[in-house]
Amino acid sequence: MSVNQNTQTERRLIFLLLFIAVLVPLIFPIGWKTEVSPHAKMAYDMIDSKPEGSVAILSFDYEPSTMTELQPMATAIIEHAWSKGHKIIATALWPQGPQVADLAFKEMAAKFPDKVYGEDYVNLGYKPGGMVTIQAMGKSLKDVYPLDINGKKYDDLPIFKNIRALRDVTYAASLSSGVPGIKEWIMVAHDVHSVPVTGGTTAVSAPGFLPYINNQNQLYGLLGGLKAASEYEIMIGTVGPATVKMDAQSIAHLLILIFILVGNIKAWRIRHKPKQQAGTE
Amino acid sequence: MKKNIPLLFAFVVGIIVLASEFIPHRPFNSITETLQNWFMIISGFAILLGQISLVRVNVSKIRNRSRDWQFYLACLISFALMVIIGLLWGKQEARGILGQGAAITANLGSKPFDYLFDNVYIHLSATMFSLLAFFIASAAYRAFIIRSFESNLLMITGVIVILGRTSMGSMLTGWLPARLHFLHLPVLTDFIMQYPNSAAQRAIMISAALGILGSSLRIILGIERSYLGSDK
Repeated sequence: MSVNQNTQTERRLIFLLLFIAVLVPLIFPIGWKTEVSPHAKMAYDMIDSKPEGSVAILSFDYEPSTMTELQPMATAIIEHAWSKGHKIIATALWPQGPQVADLAFKEMAAKFPDKVYGEDYVNLGYKPGGMVTIQAMGKSLKDVYPLDINGKKYDDLPIFKNIRALRDVTYAASLSSGVPGIKEWIMVAHDVHSVPVTGGTTAVSAPGFLPYINNQNQLYGLLGGLKAASEYEIMIGTVGPATVKMDAQSIAHLLILIFILVGNIKAWRIRHKPKQQAGTE
Repeated sequence: MKKNIPLLFAFVVGIIVLASEFIPHRPFNSITETLQNWFMIISGFAILLGQISLVRVNVSKIRNRSRDWQFYLACLISFALMVIIGLLWGKQEARGILGQGAAITANLGSKPFDYLFDNVYIHLSATMFSLLAFFIASAAYRAFIIRSFESNLLMITGVIVILGRTSMGSMLTGWLPARLHFLHLPVLTDFIMQYPNSAAQRAIMISAALGILGSSLRIILGIERSYLGSDK
């Protein structure tokens, strides 16, 4: 038997234990505290430092599959931006981005009933083309988005009063779970138009974006996964979905560590079995 | 002719876009702007092409009674359902062929398209992605085995990062005195992510960028022709 052979029973046991480990903390939250990481703080500080009336682009470059990790970031950023008096232009480089943006705005609009669509926020919808779309936005936002998601004309939306192109927005934030996403926003919005860019991504994608957090400030911090979303919630002083789900994630990680330990013990026993048998003969 | 015209197009367009990066003035910038608009329009058509391809592939699988053909049928029915109700009543504030569908919206609480998206698609999609956790757990059990120096390094780093990315990481080493703060698990995790990880990522990114540069030049110069459907 190979050292890494995994029997069907073991696999089923692993799945069952993981299911319980995730389920129980979701039903009975523990309330463990999360420490704020420097990258999450950097993203928070960038948004926090912008004055009232700033206009930001929030790009929803993900789909429902990664909503668990990215939607809490979206709601936390919207909450933070609105509490600072910023206006938000939502765009999407992924086809289902506008729908997830709409859900995030609906959730936050309940907390901020004074926010008016068209004045404080707008959902421009999806455009195909990835980086080329951002490049075109650099020349004229109106040419790329003549209408919003509901068919309202660009010129009829008060939020665009002083916004003609990408360089007119104060900062951009991309929540992405792949390509196109943060990288494209950095390459065009920051590198060409000098617009500060921040963003959030799934935990598994986060390591790939860390080189952009550098002295040139290509990326102002990064929210990587659910933990970073919960850190952001801590910084804005709210208990949101990420904080609630972090207990489940922590327990699941602990269980995976136990699995690694058990796997090693099993491998060690299998490796030493022939020697023991040989010794006894 | 069939081969040379696309090659000529690729060459001219490639040279113009490349030149506009170095000469951001007329006529290069205006031509590039037009090309960008064309690209977005073509991308839109690519979505349509994808949908046609989806229908063709699935119909063929169903017609041939391929293995698990019922799933292909389910895919087609779901696709058709979303397209039809989207066309009939629209989504969000956008109206469809039958208008806003006030009666059905009042009944469901939202438009049929939005109702299905919010209550069915989101959950199915999130469930599919969540299954990854089970495979990661199973893979960790098999893969993180101490065998050699490299596998030890991988396992130790993996354990530190896993612990550091949870709430427990800070609790486990929170008691350490200030002079041993560098051993605090979240600090160690940040160090691993920021230095060894970023260094490796940069190397990969630079290599990939050089590769892209080479491939782009090959396409512009007509050496690489696989995008035409054949490498001959």
